[in-house]
Amino acid sequence: MIRATPLLLTCALLAACAAPPPAPMGSDPHEAANRAQFEANLRLVSRFQSAEEPDQATSEPPRANPLRRAVSNIGENLGTPRRVVNDLLQLRPDHAFENTLRFAINSTVGLGGLFDPAGALGLHGRDTDFGETLHRWGVGEGDYLVLPLLGPSTERDALGRVVDLALDPLRFALTPDEQIAATVLRGAGYLAQVAEASDLLDANVIDTADPYAQARLLYLQTRRYHLGIADAEEFIDPYADF
Amino acid sequence: MPISDLSRRRLLLAGSCALMASALPAQALTQAQARQLVDAAMAEVQSIIDSGASEARMIARFEDLFDRYGDVPAISRSALGPPARGASAGQLSSFAAAFRGYMARKYGRQFRRFAGAAADVQGLREVQGYWEVISTMTLRGEAPFEVRWHVSDRSGQPRFFNLIIEGVNLLAAERQEIGTLLERRGGDIDRMTQDLQSAG
Repeated sequence: MIRATPLLLTCALLAACAAPPPAPMGSDPHEAANRAQFEANLRLVSRFQSAEEPDQATSEPPRANPLRRAVSNIGENLGTPRRVVNDLLQLRPDHAFENTLRFAINSTVGLGGLFDPAGALGLHGRDTDFGETLHRWGVGEGDYLVLPLLGPSTERDALGRVVDLALDPLRFALTPDEQIAATVLRGAGYLAQVAEASDLLDANVIDTADPYAQARLLYLQTRRYHLGIADAEEFIDPYADF
Repeated sequence: MPISDLSRRRLLLAGSCALMASALPAQALTQAQARQLVDAAMAEVQSIIDSGASEARMIARFEDLFDRYGDVPAISRSALGPPARGASAGQLSSFAAAFRGYMARKYGRQFRRFAGAAADVQGLREVQGYWEVISTMTLRGEAPFEVRWHVSDRSGQPRFFNLIIEGVNLLAAERQEIGTLLERRGGDIDRMTQDLQSAG
């Protein structure tokens, strides 16, 4: 029954939206609600950052923070079994193999994902999720959405996140207590990742004139790039106008 | 009349040359020149990052580099979008200067992340009559990421006019930003230019 749920959801969605080509700036009919959620997320991020770094006005180059990196590594490692399942659903055995090998190395030699010896060997892993699986199955991205805590997404990718929770192999391998611990660690890993990229977030989103519009643009462009959607419309010819 | 015949033929020749020039813009700029531009720009970026100079000094050097390797007039006019058509030459050049400084501050600060990175040209392809130079940046122990350079010699010199960083179109992001700044100032290009001098 549990296993059948994602399949049912997917069938319903596939029937609902045959993929039209994505609009360059995405479809955003829920902009008012999205903007409100975006503001709420930003307030949360700024509270988290000011709690962690009291003097953020320093102009020192960003230094690698080993603790933050370790927390982020552990979270990333716990997400790898779910990536392997999606690789298989996408019929990408080569990606599944690379992610499995990475998980095996980092879980053992890397002391449960604390360190990243696989990355040092050039095995950086292939990040993926059920949103990508849906894309491979022909589902369009749908409308742009801003999710609580998780930030920018689309209808397809938000559904993907829900399905990812259901098909995570860790659900079957761990005891309920271990599952809670794994969830906490992944949450901490996510926050560590956000903190690691905080200078990029500041410069490219938070300090811009319209952070919401910039975040939407950056999310949709990087997401489509990751999915391999050729954005021919995005080629800008500055010489065409004159 | 032989004379008018000759001039007609000349006109025809001149016309077809002009047509060829506009139909094949990439022909003027060779693949090797496009690649050379990107190689040189990346080497210079790396030497600035690795110089250990102060942030203000590095940003000044990035601004100078952007001026020499990028087609700043074309990039800034494109970032301004349709309002550029109604702007005077003086307004456009003041805006171009403010935009150049703003870009150097905004992106120059982020370049510090790439201290010690290895940059390589992976290949070139033609996109809509222009050269796209595909390069990767690799930081130790991390997955490489891709930077695509769009290059043209329409300015008279080989220059890049856009960057696509892991799928993010720099010019699209700046069009959005400049568009918002302009809209908030009721379309006043002079005021926006002045405010841009302290932004980024």
